[in-house]
Amino acid sequence: MRINWTSVCVDDQEKALRFYTETLGFRLKHNIPLGEHAWITVVSAEAPEGTELVLEPAGHPAVVPFRKALVEDGIPYTAFAVDDVAAEHERLVAEGVRFVQPPTDLGTVITAVFDDTCGNLIQIMEEKAQP
Amino acid sequence: MLHVDIYRAIADRTRRAILDELVDRSGQSLFELCARLIMKHGITSSRQAISQHLDVLEAAGLIRTRREGRSKLHWFEGAPLKAIGERWPISTDEHTSQGEDTSHSTDEDIEE
Repeated sequence: MRINWTSVCVDDQEKALRFYTETLGFRLKHNIPLGEHAWITVVSAEAPEGTELVLEPAGHPAVVPFRKALVEDGIPYTAFAVDDVAAEHERLVAEGVRFVQPPTDLGTVITAVFDDTCGNLIQIMEEKAQP
Repeated sequence: MLHVDIYRAIADRTRRAILDELVDRSGQSLFELCARLIMKHGITSSRQAISQHLDVLEAAGLIRTRREGRSKLHWFEGAPLKAIGERWPISTDEHTSQGEDTSHSTDEDIEE
């Protein structure tokens, strides 16, 4: 058993595909039309054979209150690893991305949280080198 | 509306740590505050418990909340603390406070 896919629920799949590829820099891997929606996955440009992120339509009624409550409390349900949080923050702010938490040193990690414009907060995390 | 006096509000170590963190950075979500309390203060209280502490601080007027996008963020509001200095003014006479270190006991719970 392998963990090859993980999902993020998005308001609008086409808008999400643009944000996750053009703004964040991921690459489209699959885009398979399935009637009203599509099975869309993206991968990291640094690991094109790695875990795929499925841009899942947020159509189920239970998703609405669930995501609303998470965003209200500032909880990022999805997190991505980066080498340099400060540099990513600077790059993404220049792209117009809104951060709810700027880079913050939490001892063993540096984290920041941004709005993916598709109904989610996303955390980027840098593991600090251990002395 | 619930009213809490400032003395009760700041009589708790966790609530003082929350104010410390909001002074460090204004406009934090519950998530960020909880992460800072765990990583910087070793306070592992549940989100619900921290949320209740935030309610107490807000009722005492020591924090304000505002929505930004769809998130609820928290700000420190120091104005109510002026009442302490007005009630017990700090002497400007140097002889009264010479050499006394009174900072050692500030992180203990005073009650509760």
